[in-house]
Amino acid sequence: MVNFSGDNTLSKSKMISRRMFIISAAKAVVFFGIFGRLVSLQINESKKYRTLSDKNRFREWKLAPQRGVIKDFFDQELASNEKVYQLHITPENSVNINQLLFRLKNILNLKNEKVSFIKKKIANQKPWEPIIISDNLTWSEFSRINLLLHELQGVEPVVSVARVYPNDSTSHIVGYVSEVSARDLKQKEYLRDMSVTGIAVGKTGLESKLDKEIIGKVGFQRYEVNAYGKRIKQIQVDIGQAGKSYKTTLDLDIQNHSAKLIEGKAASVCVMDIYNGDIITMASAPSFNPNSFVHGINQNEWNGLLENKEKPLINKAISGLYPPGSTIKTIVALSALENDVVSPHMKVHCKGKIDFYGEKFHCWKKKGHGYMDMRSAIQRSCDVYFYEVARRLGVDRLSVTAKKFGLGKKILDELSEEKAGVVPNTSWKKKYIGKNWYLGETLHSGIGQGYFLSTPMQLCLMTAQIANGGFEISPRILIDKNRNNKLKDFLDDRDKEEDKAPNDLMFANFLKPLFRNQENINFIKDAMFAATNEPGGTSYSSRLRDKKFMFAGKTGSSQIRKFTEEQRELEVKQDELKYENRDHALYVAFAPYNNPRYSISVVVEHGGSGSSAAAPIAKKVIKKVLERHNLRENFNNLLTQES
Amino acid sequence: MFKTRSIQSSQSFKEKLFSLDYILIISIIILGVVSIFAMYSTDGGEFKYHTKSHIIRFGIFFIMFIILSFFQIRLWFDATVLIYFLIFLLLLGVKYFGLTSSGSQRWLNFYFMNLQPSELMKISLILFLAKYYHRVPTHEVNKIKFLFIPLMVLIAPVLLVITQPDLGTSILIAAGGVIVIWLAGVKVKFFVYSSIVFISLLPIAISFLKPYQKSRILTFLNPDRDPLGAGYQIIQSKIAIGSGGFFGKGFLNGSQSYLDFLPEKHTDFIFTLFSEEFGFFGSISILILYMIIISRIIKIGDMTRSNFGKLYCYGFASAFFIYIAVNMGMVLGLLPIVGAPLPIMSYGGSSMLSIMLGFAIVMSCKIYKDTPVN
Repeated sequence: MVNFSGDNTLSKSKMISRRMFIISAAKAVVFFGIFGRLVSLQINESKKYRTLSDKNRFREWKLAPQRGVIKDFFDQELASNEKVYQLHITPENSVNINQLLFRLKNILNLKNEKVSFIKKKIANQKPWEPIIISDNLTWSEFSRINLLLHELQGVEPVVSVARVYPNDSTSHIVGYVSEVSARDLKQKEYLRDMSVTGIAVGKTGLESKLDKEIIGKVGFQRYEVNAYGKRIKQIQVDIGQAGKSYKTTLDLDIQNHSAKLIEGKAASVCVMDIYNGDIITMASAPSFNPNSFVHGINQNEWNGLLENKEKPLINKAISGLYPPGSTIKTIVALSALENDVVSPHMKVHCKGKIDFYGEKFHCWKKKGHGYMDMRSAIQRSCDVYFYEVARRLGVDRLSVTAKKFGLGKKILDELSEEKAGVVPNTSWKKKYIGKNWYLGETLHSGIGQGYFLSTPMQLCLMTAQIANGGFEISPRILIDKNRNNKLKDFLDDRDKEEDKAPNDLMFANFLKPLFRNQENINFIKDAMFAATNEPGGTSYSSRLRDKKFMFAGKTGSSQIRKFTEEQRELEVKQDELKYENRDHALYVAFAPYNNPRYSISVVVEHGGSGSSAAAPIAKKVIKKVLERHNLRENFNNLLTQES
Repeated sequence: MFKTRSIQSSQSFKEKLFSLDYILIISIIILGVVSIFAMYSTDGGEFKYHTKSHIIRFGIFFIMFIILSFFQIRLWFDATVLIYFLIFLLLLGVKYFGLTSSGSQRWLNFYFMNLQPSELMKISLILFLAKYYHRVPTHEVNKIKFLFIPLMVLIAPVLLVITQPDLGTSILIAAGGVIVIWLAGVKVKFFVYSSIVFISLLPIAISFLKPYQKSRILTFLNPDRDPLGAGYQIIQSKIAIGSGGFFGKGFLNGSQSYLDFLPEKHTDFIFTLFSEEFGFFGSISILILYMIIISRIIKIGDMTRSNFGKLYCYGFASAFFIYIAVNMGMVLGLLPIVGAPLPIMSYGGSSMLSIMLGFAIVMSCKIYKDTPVN
């Protein structure tokens, strides 16, 4: 087409035009290249670039929601929120972050570890996300910072809300919150999209169990920012949602009173409503200060809690496992009666010990109780009598009754720290210990020793289910829509219509009777009355004479270590033993006797005997509980009306 | 001077006025107005420094363009060598008295404006070569002695500009020169060989580049290499253009430029800003406007009878196209960032002056299309 050799005959202007034609062709190619690029960017990939542009434009700052509060039955707060003064820094806004940290270190006396921890954190997050330097400044620190604020670029004093626990007595139930850890993120899925500076997560107790609902919904502020991260204008704001608040069945006054009574001991007190399962008190001692965890516990305090032999962090009411000791005798007797193994009139002569296939089994009373029937055996807690009952009953039938009454299994949904305990039988031993059952072990089981292990709360439930006439209840600590007083109402109605046969109640579908013959239950209740209110009863000295407060209970002392024959001869007293070797003192009771409403269990670790260490505490708690009964009843009616 | 020359012309002033190319003038006015709006947007929707100064420059240089259009083409022809050497002297002056800004010495202070002689060199080189080849007969074009001067006048200013350093402008100056040499009919072989030599020398040349220039080239090859550093401009420009979509975000609503994500939005990236606010529709309109201007210049080249006029018009039109292609290719992420303004749209007095001067000569070619230059 074009003569590239530059033909001399061609006129100059023709040559120029031809060369221009080639350039024009090249131009067309380039033009379509640009056109194509515009099509691809602005039409085909426009969506992608719009997203990128919005990513440039908008930045979100998340807002930590306020946690829901946890209240007791009378609306006193067990876990509340308080105003705190915090210090945040936004690394992006500071001129020299290291210099700033150095200054803050001097102003607030921060430790070196804290500073290097903060530096590490800064390196791992976006430069515009704030970091908490201190989440709980004192007023004087806060005002000092405010005074120097003009020199501290990037620092932001913030008034925020943080968890506060007004009393230590409920620490084990309520639990505590603390900073989110890597483990929390792994375990709790809902936390993953809640990465907000300053959010706290429940670690134990109700705080942990209810965390998902109580934590609330994270809010955010969306800003349009320029290339330098400066906020231009607020586009959208969602303040989030405060977490759900919860009301518990606890009575803080009784809880505090109980906690005070067991202060200085390793002990627990449980009080339960025998008709609706409301847990009124669940005290565990020693306790700890949950507020220490909220802003990060220091190493010394933490080590102190871990090394304390009395285990302050353990909720002994549901996680402490103790042999039930003589408190099980009510169940042993009931099981024997229900299975028609013995008659209440069966008599056994207690000489202080029996020989059983060459092994000696001792009664706690060295001299023996003499001739005992079932009522007096419960009243005086005669071991020899119950060796005989257990021998005739057998451990398998005993374990069925014990499990029915709430031993050996978890009874609360609301606290994950709970332990199940052990109700032994022949198959259990085969499975877990891999050995055959010995008859001698049945005898030990008959007095609540051996493999038996239960929590104080289980013993309280057991007693409650005896006291309410033998009906199954489910214990609870939260007030929710499932809470009802059906059992109480039903029993009240039944009492009014006297012509109806007692067995009719079996047909009510919500009732779950645990007995075959209710007379047997009544017999046990009467025997427990005798144990407390008739001379010779094991807790006679702790009785309350006022008819209004009169209660019925059963003592227990669970052995930690078998007495040697030598010690038995020397009649070694519990106080003379080393603390770790002393018996656990237990006591279960229900009150008032005439019209039972509450059950109680008291366990004092290494307290010696149930009658001397546990029953006196129970007595004082019962008095307080009954004094507050009318108040609770009124409040309960209000609550029922509301719903 | 103007009067004495016009007497020699056979046309009356009225005839001259009619023979102005109004399509070209209107296209330039539209582009100017669009550029003023774009500048207003870069000022954040306020009537501030850049907008004001752009309006003033456009106004003054446009009037200058119209007035100079009436200069006889012969006058331009005669003054070519003088203009070239004058501008070459200014370029040398930059070397010794130039103002330095962001690490580059490009400007001379003339009190009323800071002149960038390298911009004027773009036009004067085309002019010089057009005159040179006007004289050389076609059959002698490929002789070594006739290649010597064109190469000298091309390489000397390019080297001066590269050392300022200003890679973008030097490439554009060279492009204009090469185009004219091509138009003059120099053998394809020559271009092929020199390309081979150039490409083989490129690695050596790159080793002489400043670190920032090297990093720009590496970044062009892979913008994600350093997204917050050198790749930032390309990435942000692509985001801005792409997010504009078909109809754009609307006038004054370009978030990328408004929120300062866009670098150099007054100058090299003005098309990005426009494209973000007016979308594909706007970008294509601008592109078409430029094509109209270019095709008008080519048309004028066709009309002109003198080879000088043809060479100049074709050369200028092609160079003009290259300026646009390089700028758009750059902001669209098709070429490395070299620093090349978009004619008329970009903020910058020297560039505006140089382009308007170019138009004036084109217009003069039109008015005196039948007048021989010598």
